[in-house]
Amino acid sequence: MKRDGKYFFTDKDVQLILGTLLRVGVISSMAVVFLGGVIYLISSHANLVDYQAFDAGKSGMSSILAIYQGVLHMDGAAIIQFGTLLLIFTPVARVVFSIFSFLIERDYLYVVIGLLVLVVILISLSNKLVG
Amino acid sequence: MSVLLFTIVVLLGAFLAGLVGSMTGLGGGVIIIPLLTLVLGVDIHYAIGASIISVIATSSGSAAAYVKEGITNIRIGMFLEIATTISAIFGAVITVYINPSYIAIVFGMILLFSATMMIRKKVDRSDNDTSGKLALWLRLNGTYPVDGSIKKYAVHNVIGGFMMMFVAGIISGLLGIGSGALKVIAMDNIMRIPFRVSTTTSNFMMGVTAAASAVVYFHRGQIDPGIAMPVTIGVLIGSTLGAKILLRTKPDKLKVVFAVVVTFLALQMIYNGMAGRL
Repeated sequence: MKRDGKYFFTDKDVQLILGTLLRVGVISSMAVVFLGGVIYLISSHANLVDYQAFDAGKSGMSSILAIYQGVLHMDGAAIIQFGTLLLIFTPVARVVFSIFSFLIERDYLYVVIGLLVLVVILISLSNKLVG
Repeated sequence: MSVLLFTIVVLLGAFLAGLVGSMTGLGGGVIIIPLLTLVLGVDIHYAIGASIISVIATSSGSAAAYVKEGITNIRIGMFLEIATTISAIFGAVITVYINPSYIAIVFGMILLFSATMMIRKKVDRSDNDTSGKLALWLRLNGTYPVDGSIKKYAVHNVIGGFMMMFVAGIISGLLGIGSGALKVIAMDNIMRIPFRVSTTTSNFMMGVTAAASAVVYFHRGQIDPGIAMPVTIGVLIGSTLGAKILLRTKPDKLKVVFAVVVTFLALQMIYNGMAGRL
């Protein structure tokens, strides 16, 4: 693709930043999951696991509020879930970043495409879908 | 089984899944779901939730490396993500209304299909002929580096590829896997994109696709911290190591061995699904 002087942000720069963003997201979420895992194992390593039947309310860790309160109390399971959420939002952050980079490149068609993808993900955030 | 033992078994299994999954390009989910359901007796809905987390972990981890090399076509990825995210959410919403036995059978069939695709010799159909108007308007045609020079390629049949991505997204949301085999069909055979571009772009898209359905699973309580923790850590370490080994060796023999293992797992899933034991 032709590039001239008015672009101060090239595809190559975008790719470098994108790569770094993804790596930082993965490493930080793994660190949080690991920390939560250690606390979780210390507190409940001797308990028995029971995953034979799916029970939606069992972990009690499926809302942001429950996780937030658990993290404040240094609850292992809540910290793991927080790390998992960080991992889930890493690719979403990548979409947000891509939208900005297309905006700077004045590639408005792809700003719209990126926004469409983001809207779809925001719709999935609504818990009405779960039923 | 105690929490400690369960964590260790899943951690080791997820490590192996990440290692072999990244070396063969099949992803970790194909091992993690059978391990959790067949071996550890975990309900398939929890297994699906854990697997989708492993998909995001491997996709983001390896996409970070590929994107920097400039092979990934971010425009193709973003455009096709419209299809995969919508259909992945749809798949994730309907998955609990489907009998677990049917899910197991569909999963087994997708495994058989992926194993076949993995060992089949690929034919590169890419070229730089004129592509359709849609590909030009969307500016999908791109370049990628080969042996120090820059090679151009043209993208064909954008609508066909977009439709196939809908199917890939539904399967991904329904089963909690990356469905890379289906994505690669859409890109290699229908849109005729060069291998290296299609593999890395498919991997790049997988993270966002999986995130869309993961949010639905998360709200529903399918992502359990006790399973997600060993899966995330194991898969990440395994796939990072696998990607490093892959730079030095060609895993052709491993692919054949893995295809046999996956075929066996697939038949087990189908058999147990039909017997109503999952």
